[in-house]
Amino acid sequence: MSNKEFSGAEIIINSLVDLDVEVIFGYPGGAVLPIYDALFKQDKIRHILVRHEQAAVHAAEGYARSTGKVGVVLVTSGPGATNAVTGLTDAMLDSIPIICIAGQVPAHLIGSDAFQEADTVGITRHCTKHNYLVRNVDTLSKTIHEAFYVATNGRPGPVVIDVPKDVQIYTSKDIHSGVVKHRSYRPEAKGDIDQIKQAVTLLAGAKKPIFYTGGGVINSGPAAAQLLREMVQLIGAPITSTLMGLGAYPASDKQFLGMLGMHGTYEANNAMHDCDVMVCVGARFDDRVTGRLDAFSPNSKKIHIDIDRSSINKTVRVDVPIVGDVAHVLEDMLKVWKATILEQGSHSYDDWWAQIEQWRSRDCLKYKSMDDVIMPQYALERLQELTKDKDVYFTTEVGQHQMWAAQYLKLEKPNRWMTSGGLGTMGYGFPAAIGVQIAHKDALVIDVAGEASIQMNIQELSTAAQYDLPVKIFILNNEYMGMVRQWQELNHGARYSESYSESLPDFVALAKAYGAHGIVVDKPADIDGAIKEMIETDGLVVVDCRVAKFANCFPMVPSGAAHNDMIMPDDDEEIKEFEGGSALV
Amino acid sequence: MHHAHKEIEIVACHTLSIIVDNEAGVLAKVIGLFSGRGYNIENLTVAPVDIEGTESRITVVTKGTPHVIEQIKAQLDRLVPVHRVGDLTENGPHVERELALVKVHCENAQQQAALRIAEAFRAKIVDSSFDSYIFEVTGKSDKITAFVQLMQDAGLVEVVRTGVAALTRGSKAL
Repeated sequence: MSNKEFSGAEIIINSLVDLDVEVIFGYPGGAVLPIYDALFKQDKIRHILVRHEQAAVHAAEGYARSTGKVGVVLVTSGPGATNAVTGLTDAMLDSIPIICIAGQVPAHLIGSDAFQEADTVGITRHCTKHNYLVRNVDTLSKTIHEAFYVATNGRPGPVVIDVPKDVQIYTSKDIHSGVVKHRSYRPEAKGDIDQIKQAVTLLAGAKKPIFYTGGGVINSGPAAAQLLREMVQLIGAPITSTLMGLGAYPASDKQFLGMLGMHGTYEANNAMHDCDVMVCVGARFDDRVTGRLDAFSPNSKKIHIDIDRSSINKTVRVDVPIVGDVAHVLEDMLKVWKATILEQGSHSYDDWWAQIEQWRSRDCLKYKSMDDVIMPQYALERLQELTKDKDVYFTTEVGQHQMWAAQYLKLEKPNRWMTSGGLGTMGYGFPAAIGVQIAHKDALVIDVAGEASIQMNIQELSTAAQYDLPVKIFILNNEYMGMVRQWQELNHGARYSESYSESLPDFVALAKAYGAHGIVVDKPADIDGAIKEMIETDGLVVVDCRVAKFANCFPMVPSGAAHNDMIMPDDDEEIKEFEGGSALV
Repeated sequence: MHHAHKEIEIVACHTLSIIVDNEAGVLAKVIGLFSGRGYNIENLTVAPVDIEGTESRITVVTKGTPHVIEQIKAQLDRLVPVHRVGDLTENGPHVERELALVKVHCENAQQQAALRIAEAFRAKIVDSSFDSYIFEVTGKSDKITAFVQLMQDAGLVEVVRTGVAALTRGSKAL
């Protein structure tokens, strides 16, 4: 209790300050005017005005993923909240800690179909980790603090706090500070030591081990990535990563096999299939990773480290489950390994590595280069080469360009790769890049985009312009929703139903309209110049990189196929359809 | 090439007890989890159970293979307002009771039959008019179902059932 009375709006701002929030992404409206008024009267929190609430959430996600902090969003009632739903669902699927404060109509009008009323807690119940409707201003401070605890502890996720307008105006002395725990929610961070010992014993007996790591390593924090590196290098085993986990282990290291899964490398998927012990660290056996479930890594023993018990045995049965935070569990595993295994030594993996090298020599990411047309893979190789000495933050939209980016960019550090994994949200990358750039003012932030995805949140050019954010948008423009087109080619007789990007804007002129710099490039010989110009230009840049229209993203595990049954870039034969494949996603 | 893991799994009913914060929306959250993930709810009861009224106990009877039941429990357990999830079916012997109110409209000939069945099932008469009864019957769900079925021929009008309340036998709490 403080002596002073504060309005609900002031309590919101003061609580955010108390929780070390520096930036919020939002959009005003009738039901949040008191909060915007309180924002106006203070100077501790910076507000970034987006142009659409979906972008506010994605920006907050980019901010959160690149800093490890909580991303905070402020939206109004009704359409403000419903526009945020896609972003919230995205954060839910990718386990990103987000606090979304939504205005609501005054409490006495709730349920009356008032202007701009939506049942926000009802709508967001299943796309948030938790949500609150605050009906009493005396509980507001506690609720905001508790929401932060919930968003960041255990498996992270988005939390919505719905605040009726009258609650923003009523006053209270009930002020909390610091960490406020939820009354019953207590996720366990430490793993069971007996399970850990069992895992170490199993791993020590392996002849063909592999580490399969995911976004949980990044969510666990920098210590987890460090421990992972130490563990993998100490053991000498190969490691592969999901889309979400890229950067947790340095891509340039020789033990790294690249990404696995539907568009993973030949060596990663084959090693996953043939391994005898699999250590899954903070990943969840997603359908993009496993392919046909009954053919997934049939002869391996599986260890699964996950903070969420419900991820364990959800789709793939594992032998040693360990529920806990990645950093805590890896630390204990390392201790046990060093104390018990190190001296006696584990098996030599020479044969295993020889096999992997053979798979590697297949060179699964090679592609036919052209003199007159830019291959999208080539554009990304050059982007990688010309930015490799800089600390770059990459975001992506969703589709072919995203998969090529995952294949050809070499991510060396955690928190440098922001992409929509679980939900696959087109329009994610640009607002996410805005959030990253807000957090890292002077960093090079590049959104690898497609010409279709970028148009889903292109209005945010105005936001980037307003805050002088030097985000670089690198559009691989093939005039198609490329992944849709690729699936239509493979599964639907090349009938390109509605996947052509008709009436595209002149991206250079569009950039100019927002005061940004536009570059168009369509010759392989000019690509280096265009990328250099993009990097060297201060401020917002849009690159319209015209690439080959019918390039496909390979390797590819088609729907319904086993994960080691990949279509390779140099396959000439007719691509067979897998049973039921066209009914799968 | 089929995976050896593919075991034959038997679908069975499980009675789950879920202790939750007694707050707005928690029931919707629990039910939504079942519908959203395609799990069954055979029946469900919920009410606050502590003196302060801060905790509610939800009893759900659900159906699934052992793998699905494991998933349901894990998914419930990670909901923020859920304190504890117990599987009474797995935990061993437990007591299950359901209550039903059963209204019958009796012609003369049916009246004796209705009263005889009610007596056999230890049903109580809680309302009576010139040509009708409401019986209160308590017991395991299959007993209630049997009672309701028998009453079909004795002038059954309508039925309301509470769903299952259940506790593990012995001195321990969930």
